[in-house]
Amino acid sequence: MKPLSLLTAKGVSKRFGGVHALADVSFTINHGEIYGLIGPNGAGKTSLFNVLTGIYVPDAGSFVFDGEPLDRVKPNDVAERGIARTFQNIRLFQNLSALENVMIGRHVRTKAGVFGAMFRDKSTLAEEAAIEKRAYELLGYVGVAKRANDLARHLAYGDQRRLEIARALATEPKLLALDEPAAGMNATETQGLKRLLEDIRRDGITILLIEHDMKLVMSVCDRVLVLDYGRKIAEGSAAEVQNDPKVIAAYLGGEVSLDLKG
Amino acid sequence: MKAHHPKPIPPKAWAGLALVAVALALLPFAAALVGQAWVRILNFAMIYTMLALGLNIVVGFAGLLDLGYIAFYAVGAYVYALLASPHFGIHLPFWAILPLGAGLACIFGVLLGAPTLKLRGDYLAIVTLGFGEIIRIFLNNLNAPVNISNGPQGINLIDPFRINDFSLARADTILGIQFSGPQKYYYVLLLVTIGVVIVNFRLQNSRLGRAWEAIREDEVAAKAMGINTRNIKLLAFAMGASFGGIAGAIFSATQQFVSPESFGLFESVIVLSMVVLGGMGNIPGVILGAIMLTMLPEVLRYTMEPLQMALFGRVLLDAETVRLLVFGIALVAIMLYRPAGLWPSAVRKRELETPKVVAE
Repeated sequence: MKPLSLLTAKGVSKRFGGVHALADVSFTINHGEIYGLIGPNGAGKTSLFNVLTGIYVPDAGSFVFDGEPLDRVKPNDVAERGIARTFQNIRLFQNLSALENVMIGRHVRTKAGVFGAMFRDKSTLAEEAAIEKRAYELLGYVGVAKRANDLARHLAYGDQRRLEIARALATEPKLLALDEPAAGMNATETQGLKRLLEDIRRDGITILLIEHDMKLVMSVCDRVLVLDYGRKIAEGSAAEVQNDPKVIAAYLGGEVSLDLKG
Repeated sequence: MKAHHPKPIPPKAWAGLALVAVALALLPFAAALVGQAWVRILNFAMIYTMLALGLNIVVGFAGLLDLGYIAFYAVGAYVYALLASPHFGIHLPFWAILPLGAGLACIFGVLLGAPTLKLRGDYLAIVTLGFGEIIRIFLNNLNAPVNISNGPQGINLIDPFRINDFSLARADTILGIQFSGPQKYYYVLLLVTIGVVIVNFRLQNSRLGRAWEAIREDEVAAKAMGINTRNIKLLAFAMGASFGGIAGAIFSATQQFVSPESFGLFESVIVLSMVVLGGMGNIPGVILGAIMLTMLPEVLRYTMEPLQMALFGRVLLDAETVRLLVFGIALVAIMLYRPAGLWPSAVRKRELETPKVVAE
């Protein structure tokens, strides 16, 4: 029996000098849900991602991922454990083709070494073929298959975001952490992204989503965590959160109704 | 370097390959028509090709600026010199020393790599530069209290490659054709160089090659994708160094003499220039860079002085000075007009047999 929760954070804190980027943040993400993480700029959303994925070491608190503690684990081991992420300011391998970007995502699930590379034995060739096939499939899955042989930096902005998701999916994550995937997308592209997120969830991957596009967050997330100045100020379903006075105050600085159209 | 899939090679490609093979086989005889010196220059071009390809793994693939690369060349050269010369009275056969030289250079590669893992760019360049100098200074001074390297005099009378009585250093008649020493070395070097080139292509188009390029492009993203950047970087240093070691051992055998002054900073800079000028990360480009920069000073040596004699009636600038001048101008011009090198890498296109889009 799988436990219900995939990721549990307990009292996570991170300080930069005198700034509390994260102060005593606790939450639980369940298997198979899309968990939203919102908050005004500087609320600590990306810091939480960086602490989770091993880029920063938290000052206090701990994570339990898939039944095992995830503390002081290096970023590459975090990926191996099954957490893949994208970056707020797209970090693709710019001078490699879209296909190669996704193939690199397969690195952690494959094992050919120096001798395999030099002598190209049967198992290495089979592994290479499988890597390439899977990479093509994933490019098709996110919808950038036509650009497979183009340099990542020549892709349109929205396609780069999708390519980053394909690369993350290539690591076979249990939890996919997306840092503002809709940033810079127009309404049509955002709709496409929403469908992609729903497809990913349907295929059994849990999603942690940082997003500023409230319409997207409210329509796609099962539950939402709201951070403000590094503290958790609300958690619950989209409807609960958007009527929470503390959330409205954090976003708009007062007792004003929250317009979710924009 | 487009197709890496086992698909049928068209007959045209075979014909082309055969033509190149014949040309490479006849080249030392064509060069000998001009003079035996040119056969030696061809051999040097191949040694530098190996060096540049080795450095290309570190600088071109993994993006780690290494200014002390010549140290590994020195390690390979001295391993061969010490194990196949009257200096210690040891005379091991070359096929036993080549892997030893490559292995020891590989270990030195890891030794250099380990403390520099967290450094990038300029800082890495300075540390590696220091490492290169340390090796050279060690070799210069390791003649007291125990004489290991024979100091600045270097090591003399190094054994050539030889199997029983068949020595590569002597002229010989094989199947009625007269081969000079350098011509025999040419064929050995050609085989080793082709091997090194093939291994480099295979490494580049492998899981590890992609991991190197991922680190070059974005180390943080590479880590987030699960690449153990520490191990993969050390591997780049180790692989690059072993090619340097092999080149060094062969250099030692062809010259039959080594001394520390062959392994100065300027040599490191030249090899790096070959990589940068040819096209960082692109194997054919790096080979082109190595051949051009080996040939350039020789061409100048044979043309500049006669040219000046013809123009001015006397030699105003000796070839060595002109070489540095031309070299500097060429570097500046290339950085201005072709910053990615003469033959930069192109997108590697891959064609799946049936590139159908499969949704899950």
